[in-house]
Amino acid sequence: MLLKKLTEASGVSGNEKEVRDIILDEIKVFVDEIKVDRLGNIIAYKKGKNNSKKLMIAAHMDEVGLMVTDIDDMGLLKFTTVGGIDKRILVSKPVIIGKKKISGVIGAKPTHLQEKEEWKNALDIEQLYIDIGVNTKEEAEKLVNIGDYVAFDSQYIEFGENLVKAKALDNRVGCCLLVELIKEIKDIDFYGVFTVMEEIGLVGAGPAAYRVNPDLGIILEGTLCYDIPKLDQHLIPTTLNKGPAISLVDRTTLYNINFRKKIVQIAENNHIPYQYRKIAMGGNDSGKIHTNKEGSITATISVPCRNIHSPTSVMSKDDYKNTFKLLKAILYEYKKGEL
Amino acid sequence: MDTKDLLEMLSNSSGVSGHESRLNDAIFSVFKIYADNILIDNLGNIIILKKGKNNGSNTKIMIAGHMDEIGLMVKYIEDNGFIRFTNIGGIDPRTILGQEVIVHGKKDLFGVISSKPPHLQEPAEVNKAIKMEDMIIDLGYSKEELEKIISIGDTITIKRDFKELQGDRFTGKALDDKAGIAAMYECVKELSKINHEADVYFVCTVQEEVGTRGALTSTYKINPDIGIAIDVGFGSTPELSKSDTLDMGKGPGITIGGNIHLGLREKMVEVSKEYNIPFQIEVTPGPTGTDARAMQITREGVPSLCLSIPLRYMHTSVEVVDMKDIKNTGKLLTFFIASISNENLEGLLCY
Amino acid sequence: MKFDTKLMKKLVSIYGPSGNESIIREYIEKEIKDYVDEIKIDNLGNLIARKKGSGKRIMIAAHMDQIGFMITDIDDNGFLRFTNIGGTSPFVTLSQQVVFENGVVGVIFSEPMEDISKLKLSNMFIDIGARNKEEAEKFVNIGDICVYKTEYQENDNVVFTKCLDDRVGCYIAIETIKQIENQKNDLYFVFTVQEEMGLRGAKTSAYGINPEIGIALDVTGSGDTPKAKTFAVGLDKGAAIKVKDNSILTHPELRQFMIDIAEENDIPYQMEVLEFGGTDSGSIHLTKEGVPSGVISIPTRYVHSTIEMASKNDIINSIRLLIKLLNRDIIL
Repeated sequence: MLLKKLTEASGVSGNEKEVRDIILDEIKVFVDEIKVDRLGNIIAYKKGKNNSKKLMIAAHMDEVGLMVTDIDDMGLLKFTTVGGIDKRILVSKPVIIGKKKISGVIGAKPTHLQEKEEWKNALDIEQLYIDIGVNTKEEAEKLVNIGDYVAFDSQYIEFGENLVKAKALDNRVGCCLLVELIKEIKDIDFYGVFTVMEEIGLVGAGPAAYRVNPDLGIILEGTLCYDIPKLDQHLIPTTLNKGPAISLVDRTTLYNINFRKKIVQIAENNHIPYQYRKIAMGGNDSGKIHTNKEGSITATISVPCRNIHSPTSVMSKDDYKNTFKLLKAILYEYKKGEL
Repeated sequence: MDTKDLLEMLSNSSGVSGHESRLNDAIFSVFKIYADNILIDNLGNIIILKKGKNNGSNTKIMIAGHMDEIGLMVKYIEDNGFIRFTNIGGIDPRTILGQEVIVHGKKDLFGVISSKPPHLQEPAEVNKAIKMEDMIIDLGYSKEELEKIISIGDTITIKRDFKELQGDRFTGKALDDKAGIAAMYECVKELSKINHEADVYFVCTVQEEVGTRGALTSTYKINPDIGIAIDVGFGSTPELSKSDTLDMGKGPGITIGGNIHLGLREKMVEVSKEYNIPFQIEVTPGPTGTDARAMQITREGVPSLCLSIPLRYMHTSVEVVDMKDIKNTGKLLTFFIASISNENLEGLLCY
Repeated sequence: MKFDTKLMKKLVSIYGPSGNESIIREYIEKEIKDYVDEIKIDNLGNLIARKKGSGKRIMIAAHMDQIGFMITDIDDNGFLRFTNIGGTSPFVTLSQQVVFENGVVGVIFSEPMEDISKLKLSNMFIDIGARNKEEAEKFVNIGDICVYKTEYQENDNVVFTKCLDDRVGCYIAIETIKQIENQKNDLYFVFTVQEEMGLRGAKTSAYGINPEIGIALDVTGSGDTPKAKTFAVGLDKGAAIKVKDNSILTHPELRQFMIDIAEENDIPYQMEVLEFGGTDSGSIHLTKEGVPSGVISIPTRYVHSTIEMASKNDIINSIRLLIKLLNRDIIL
């Protein structure tokens, strides 16, 4: 199953190789041109009926994670975060380190030995370390290098009525949607772009957009979802099972109003549920894409994910299906020259 | 010119971000004998070309060291002639109290930075840092006289003489990133003695300290195949953890992280091992905050590297560097450049 | 030069928040089209008007967009929740009137606050007087943007109104387009979009124009109100020539050129060292191989409020300075 394969691959920002190789392998026979650029972005082109507007659909391949910064005398690894991670979720999680895929766990002083007062405070990164089961620095150095990337070790699990738990749903869910679009859509002209290093400052998207130079951009994301009942409804960014989330505005883009309305209309015409992403926090590759060169018009469509940026992100399979349906419907409109 | 003399000359001059042109003559004069071409671009970056041995489609390597330094700027002139000022680039106000300064107006004026004397402060105040907005510069002129020489927007630098410490260590202001320029100078001298295929563009970039602005535009112009930033890294001191710092005198830091191209970085490590040049690893998974990031995201993307020269007391007027590190950085750059050919480039850059 | 009250009043009263600048764009287009050689609108919605010349390609940018609020939620009782478009203070916003593109008017208030210093936009709502959600949705949709609604005022010295930022820049650009004669340079007047969202329209329009020189026209703050932070810019002291803000250190030679022109022509000016903020030149000067850029700023009190205030003399002097500048051979 593709989403399982994608989420279980390691692809911390700057180290997307595993994910990239899976995607290349999946799509190569379905595209007319494919290239990995100088930064590691995949730029795939599907030839179709000529369209006066150039469309680029983008999803970032990278995920948040950790990086080894030092190895101490006991062979424990010190680390830093890569991308935005809440340090409070780190303790007591299994991880996978480096190219050799060494298993480790994130340890800290036993809670029993901490004063009750200490329990009130979040653990700092300095108080945490990764234990790979060796006794000395020398042993550790044979297995791990300073600078190695560390990803969460978390399996893809389906649970509940229609939910999925995995790590890196932000943004393997976007990658998965884009791969499936590339496989399924025929005779429609578009660029499928899988970008690198979104989580550390939208690094890949600008150069990719510079190369493609699109008129229209659609950015696929897994976005934050926090839908507990007692929260004021206007503070809920997205809700699970209410369909794809269409972005209004975020830190990096004020989405084109007409394009957004067009997408909403397509959803309504096709009876596809949708929702708005209600908060302005966060940003994504759109920021770099819509301001590249002479500018382009963009929209972001996301699958809501609970517990984003953690090893236990959760999404709904129905939201996934509806997002896919919406994307297909948009592409058919595009084919008709209606975008 | 001896590299130490260049470093001294640059450290003692002034080139606050946006106002770097005072350094142009010095840089021109030392680089020109090794250069095939030198030009200044629209924002003031100095681009020094050292051609490789083929003249056709040579690989282009851009090396960036920034020529600007942090500093201060006149923002207001009080009725009694005191100057109020703001910072250009990151400055800890605690490090400038009681310093001697030069205000760069129609002519350079000497002054001192002062604030309310401790005698006039409440005991509780003494433990609090004084804010920049509460400091003044005293130039000893009346407002009327002063305004003939100084105007709002003039830059200010700390007056500090470059000095030799023990061993190979030197101290001065603006060694961030004049040490980088010195390393480029070492490199261009070495390159003139050996064969190299690639065309090398040494760029003394402007406005790094206010957001790597010069690197953005000069990279666009040059459109290199490889970009290498030469900047400074935190030299180890007792209060800093080992994993955040570089040891003095043990070679440049080779950065690992998202802004850095994996294959090129491995090649750089290989070269330093092959030629026995000491190096250290610097881990920066996110944005490096150096010209390397600016180069990386330009146009269709430029595979980039970053070398850091260990430097203590960064962004103060008493920065310390070790000449051994500067020389080793120059050497490592030289051998790395020599190792790049049109033939092996594609393999190195391939994912 | 006379101050054109009618034009100024019209410019600040037209709806045009970031991302939805079409009405203000149409107005400006109509106002200038007889005075320019070419006119076009680019992908993001920037209005680009060219007055041809043989000299340097100069881009003059004034942003059309204004700050506003985007509706993010409508509750069962018809109250609207919103997020800010551009920088807005909750304290300025409390108890203001707002107006939507379709003319619907609302008022902004907050949930009861025990500690008013903790006021945030997320605690506030817009009331359009609808009885329930269904009624509200007839007038307003999620994603719609409203702007402050206040009346334009002026006296002999000053104007005070909302969105002087940056319709005053648009005013200066329009007046310059109308008044400039026999200019040497190849002028691209750009009325930019989305400046308030991060100088975005200027970035893409500059890429398209690839100018040799960039000049932004925008408001700056003032340091001349009671106990204001030290800042050497004040009303009625002339056009402000920017040295720096957080987006740019202006090109020293271009800046000196502006000073020289002001002095030669007895145009009052002042130097501006701004410790925050940014303007379109920040984007322009980093375009492609770099563009030497400067800014003429209009000293303005109470920026991003509903009562922004600027001096008529400063506005006129800014126009004079700009016209003289554009008429010259600029050699850097």
